[in-house]
Amino acid sequence: MRVSKLPARKARILALRYLGAGVVTLLFLFPVYWLFMISFKTPDEIYHVPPLWIPGQIQFSNYYVLFKDGDVLAILNSLIVASVSSGIAIVLGTLCAYSLARFGTGGENLAMWIISQRMIPPIAVVFPIFLIYVYFGLVDSYFGLILLYTAFNLPYVIWMMRGYIVDVPLELEESALVDGLNRWEVIWKVVFPMVRPGLMATSVFTFAFAWNDFLFALVLTRTEVITFPVMLTHYFGGQSNFWAKIAAMSVLGTLPIFVAVSVMQRYLVRGISLGAVKG
Amino acid sequence: MTLSASLNGAEQRRPSRLGRMLEDRLPYLIVAPAILILLLVGLFPLIYSLIVSFQRITMTENDTTFVGLLNYAELFRDTRLWASLGHTAIITAIALPLELLIGFLMAQLFIDRMPGRQIFLALLVLPTVISPIVAGATWRLMFDVRFGPIGQILSFIAGEPVRILWTVNPAYVYPAIIICEVWQWSPFMFLLLLAALSNVDPSQLEAAEIDGASYLRVLRAIVLPAIAPVIAVACLIRGLDLVRIFDIIWTLTEGGPGSMTETISLYTYVQGFSQFETSYTAAISFLVIALLTVITTLVLKRMELAR
Repeated sequence: MRVSKLPARKARILALRYLGAGVVTLLFLFPVYWLFMISFKTPDEIYHVPPLWIPGQIQFSNYYVLFKDGDVLAILNSLIVASVSSGIAIVLGTLCAYSLARFGTGGENLAMWIISQRMIPPIAVVFPIFLIYVYFGLVDSYFGLILLYTAFNLPYVIWMMRGYIVDVPLELEESALVDGLNRWEVIWKVVFPMVRPGLMATSVFTFAFAWNDFLFALVLTRTEVITFPVMLTHYFGGQSNFWAKIAAMSVLGTLPIFVAVSVMQRYLVRGISLGAVKG
Repeated sequence: MTLSASLNGAEQRRPSRLGRMLEDRLPYLIVAPAILILLLVGLFPLIYSLIVSFQRITMTENDTTFVGLLNYAELFRDTRLWASLGHTAIITAIALPLELLIGFLMAQLFIDRMPGRQIFLALLVLPTVISPIVAGATWRLMFDVRFGPIGQILSFIAGEPVRILWTVNPAYVYPAIIICEVWQWSPFMFLLLLAALSNVDPSQLEAAEIDGASYLRVLRAIVLPAIAPVIAVACLIRGLDLVRIFDIIWTLTEGGPGSMTETISLYTYVQGFSQFETSYTAAISFLVIALLTVITTLVLKRMELAR
C-alpha cells in the first residue's frame, strides 16, 4: 500500500516484514510444535530435565497405547456425535433458514430470537438440562448428546444459512418455479447447489463446536459416550500427569479440525464473525 | 409478491390435494422441526429452571415449596459468587484489549501482499481452531516447572535458574491463564481485523498519502472509523466467550489455588455438580443470563449495523 521510490528501501521493508512474520508465526506455533513433539517422545525424553526440544526419534508408542487401552473410543464418540449432530442441524437449520429468508416467516422477531439462543451461556442451561436428562434417562446416551449439540448448533446454522440464501438471486428460483418445479424441488435442485460452499463452511463450524465442546460433554457423559476433551482431562492427576497420553490424545483430537479448517480457509472469517464480516 | 404468483402457477400443474397442502404450508412446515428442537432443548429447561429457582431443592431435600425470591436474596450475600464475577471481569478486562491490540498489530504486519502470505495465515489460524481444553493442556505442558520449556527459556534469559509454579503460585496463575487465552484468541481478532482492513477504501488512503498525512493521522481519521463496526462485533463475540470462560481454567488451574481463579462458570458448576444446590444454582444461572442479556443486546445491535 505504501509507495516507496527506492527499490533498495522497498527490499529492506519486505525483508523486515518477513522477519516480523516469521517471529510472530514462531511464537504462535511453538506451543503447537511442543504438543506434537511430546506425542512422539519416549517417557525418558518427556521427563528429561532440562526439557529436550527435539525428540531423539519419531516413535508412535504413545499413540499405540491409546489404541491398546481403548482410549481412542473417545475420539470415535466425538466423531459420531459431532458428525451426526452437525448433519441434522445443517439439514433442519437450512430448511428453516430458507423459510426465514424467502417467506420472512416469523418476521425479524423470530430471527432475533433464534440468534439470541446462540448467545445463551452453556453454563446457565447445562444444569437444568442435566436434571431433565436424568429424569428421562438420557445421561451418557448418544441420543442425548446429539440432541443437545443439534439444538446448540441450530441457531448458528439458521443465522449463517439465512445470509447465504439471501445472496442467491431470486430470479433463479422464480424461473425454476415457472418451469414447473415445485417448491421442494426448487430448494433441493436450485438453492442447495447454489449455497453448497456456504453449507460446507457452516458444517465445518458446527462440527468444530460439537467436537471442541467440553462443558456439556463433561456433565452429560459418563463412560459410554465420553468425548475426547473429557477423556483428556482424566489424564490430569493430582501428583502425576500422563503427559504422553495428554499429548497424543490432544494431537488426535486436533488433527480433524486442522484438516477441516484448512480446507475451508476461504470461509473462515465469515464463519467466525457470525456473518458480520463477509471476508 | 412475484413468488406467490409463480407458486400459484406451479400449483395449477399439480392438482394433488396433499401436494398442494404441503406447499401452502411449506414456510411453516420447514421452520417447525428446528423451532421445536430449540424450544425443547433451549426454552423448556429455562422455564423448568426458573420454577426451581423459586423452590428449595438441595442434594438432601426435595423441598418443592415456593419460597419466593429467597434464593435470589441469597445471591447478594454470597461473597464467593461476587468474587467469581470479579475474577471473570479481571480476565475479560485484561485479555480482551490484549487480544485486540495483538490482533491489530498482526493484521498491520500482514495487510500488504507478499509471497507466501497465505501460508502464514493458514499457520497463524491454528491456535484459534484448537479445542480450548487442548489449548489449556498444551500450556500446562509448556508451563511445567521441570519438564516445560517456559522455565527453561526464562532461565536462559535470566542467566540463572527460574522456577515458577505458573499454575499454582497465586502471583502467576492469572498471567498463565491470560497468556493461554491471548495466545488462543489473538489470531481470531487478527483474522477479522485483517478482513476489515482489506476492505478499507484504497482511494482514501492514497489521497491521504498524497497529502502527506502521518501514519497515526491516517489511522485515526480513516482506518479506525472504517473498521470500527468489525472491531465492535469482534469484541462483543469475544467478550461473550470470555465471560463464560471455563475450559482453559479447568485444565490450567481448576479454579485454584483455593478459589482464586474461579470464574462465574466454574462457580456455577461447583454449586450445581459438587454441592448439588439445585435451587440456588438455578438462581445463579438466571443472574448469569441477566448479565449476558445486556451484552447480547449490544452484540445484536452491532451485528445489525455491520450487516
